[in-house]
Amino acid sequence: MATKKFMYLNRRSSFGTVYAIESLEVVLIAAAFEQDVSLAFIDDGVYQIVEGQNADGIGMKNFSKTFHALGDYDINKLYVSAESLEERGLNVDDLMPLAYEDEDDDWAEKPSIKVVSNAQLSKIMSEQDVCLSF
Amino acid sequence: MADILGAEVDEEGFLVDLSDWTKEIAEQMAKDDDVDLSDEHWDVINFLRDYFEEYQIAPAVRVLTKAIAKRMGKDKGNSKYLYTLFPYGPGKQGCRFAGLPKPTGCI
Repeated sequence: MATKKFMYLNRRSSFGTVYAIESLEVVLIAAAFEQDVSLAFIDDGVYQIVEGQNADGIGMKNFSKTFHALGDYDINKLYVSAESLEERGLNVDDLMPLAYEDEDDDWAEKPSIKVVSNAQLSKIMSEQDVCLSF
Repeated sequence: MADILGAEVDEEGFLVDLSDWTKEIAEQMAKDDDVDLSDEHWDVINFLRDYFEEYQIAPAVRVLTKAIAKRMGKDKGNSKYLYTLFPYGPGKQGCRFAGLPKPTGCI
């Protein structure tokens, strides 16, 4: 089976709607098919990977912890919109330190998050075979 | 609804409420599957429970195999060894004994 480039666009915050958790579930299921997978966080989607989320008060599972497992699933391209961060008064230090181990570089731990401008992001999107928006 | 030692399970035998889990339930599930739980089984079950605690998901078999290889060595982190312990699949059967949901993406 030929490898296709899949990008999952995350545009909404973690809780309040099911989009964020559903997107993550689809990503994990699709990971089994060994495709070239990347994630993008735009608009309120950037809140999904903010450090220190706590869902106890709303009786939901704090699935933000699951983002730390993505490296194990060979998903290590997480693009974050610089403009979306800035509009919300956030910067990369407010995000979870998501990382992966590079098999081709003696398992060195490397960051998965790449902050990019919207212009760069639209170029990356145009290179995809499939974009799924959540 | 079926139950194991009073804890509700779904149609595939997975615990409905993960907080119901006890070692006795794991042992009863294993007995029902004709599996005798050894220390090696418990290593994997405890690993799965730790993984779920940390990441809030039951890992896919591929990820489980790789992670066990990293933490316990290649002689344990291979699918032949894991399937010897859990003949119905380290993901599916292992997660069930560990009181976890069915792995995401497991068919």
